Amino acid sequence: MMKKLIALVFATLFASLALAQEAPDVLVKQVTEEVLDIVRKDKSIQNGDAKKAIDLVDAKVIPHFNFQHMTALAVGKDWRKASPQQQQQLAAEFKTLLVRTYSNALTSYKDHKVVYKPFRMNAGDSDVLVRTEVQQPGNKPVQLDYSLEKFDAGWKVYDVNVAGISLVTNYREQFGQEIRNSGIDGLIKAIATKNKSLEGNLAKADGK
Amino acid sequence: MTGNFMTWKRRTSIGCLVAGMIALAGPVLAEEAVHDPLEGFNRAMFAVNEGLDMVIVKPVAQVYDFVVPLPAKAGVGDFFGNIADVRNVLNNTLQGKFADAGTDLGRLLINSTIGIFGLFDVASELGLEKHDEDFGQTLAVWGWDDSNFLFWPLIGPRTVRDTGGWVVDVYTDPTWYTLNKSVAARNSLVALRFVDVRASLLPTDKVVEEAALDKYAYVRDAYLQRRRNQIFDGSPPRLEDVLD
Repeated sequence: MMKKLIALVFATLFASLALAQEAPDVLVKQVTEEVLDIVRKDKSIQNGDAKKAIDLVDAKVIPHFNFQHMTALAVGKDWRKASPQQQQQLAAEFKTLLVRTYSNALTSYKDHKVVYKPFRMNAGDSDVLVRTEVQQPGNKPVQLDYSLEKFDAGWKVYDVNVAGISLVTNYREQFGQEIRNSGIDGLIKAIATKNKSLEGNLAKADGK
Repeated sequence: MTGNFMTWKRRTSIGCLVAGMIALAGPVLAEEAVHDPLEGFNRAMFAVNEGLDMVIVKPVAQVYDFVVPLPAKAGVGDFFGNIADVRNVLNNTLQGKFADAGTDLGRLLINSTIGIFGLFDVASELGLEKHDEDFGQTLAVWGWDDSNFLFWPLIGPRTVRDTGGWVVDVYTDPTWYTLNKSVAARNSLVALRFVDVRASLLPTDKVVEEAALDKYAYVRDAYLQRRRNQIFDGSPPRLEDVLD
């Protein structure tokens, strides 16, 4: 029994390590297909269970994202003015915001198909773009691209582009405005307030 | 007089200083500046549009989305997509993208015949890719790559360039001509297309509402990014990373 358990632990460990060391295009494909597979089988996500969609994203998608870099990109030049602690708080709030808002999109992904565009990279590349396309019945296909960077532990996503719109840099003007008006702490507070109101919506949806 | 001149002079020197700082910061940032000098007007128009959308446009689109079955909606989308291929052929040609223009012409011929007046997008099934181009993109390719942002009620986000482009697109749009003997039929088609487009955007409403700290800025910047992507046919040159 114990032996089996240890074997299982090692197998899981090995599997996740193998996934982390995977080429970036393979990683994107594996994670996408795994998540789509779950969405296609899960009736409550299809019926709009936002909390379940968030949990799914938290478990399967988030480990492959570098939120520190994403937040730096979203903030732009003011990032360097933020203290390490402020940077950490910003990244945490921004992560919550992105996960809350975009997990919702998953609930409508039952009939979607993702097509993976041909991928090229050179041996030494440490920053790549993986291009995909989301196809949906009765609608135009949507371009969905991921920017990834290489770490010792594997590749991490630091930007997502939907139809050419970076979900990250699209915040730059809004964040800049907030920082100009009330500083870095003001921005942290603004995102936190937004997150709280979204959490309120979530609780309301749960109650009905 | 002198006082005014002094203020003017001081202002200019502060202006120069700021400009200098921006120039210095330039290579580090390498972000594209948002061109929105008419922000006040634009925000007012945005508010008008939000009101119209809430009271009329969105409810109509929601009814359409709820009542019309998916195959019919797909047919409507394909029908107007086919008409848009006229514009695509024209603008691909104007931009010197002759291979794309050829493919789009092929799409137009196939979908208008085998696809029964464009109700079915047979060409896509056959692997003929669509190349969306409009006159605003053509102007950008011709060199007008920077343009100030404008927001119009009902028409939505544009730039000065894309507003001009949109007017030309309307003039080259068969919907406004082929049926111009029957004003009622033409107007119905234009209205149907409008509702169809709005209905296709319904799923994004909630995301924008939830994701934006400032909805106007979110919509504006998304529009400008999307246009940049379209102008470069899906592969815009990368902007420098602030962390590098």
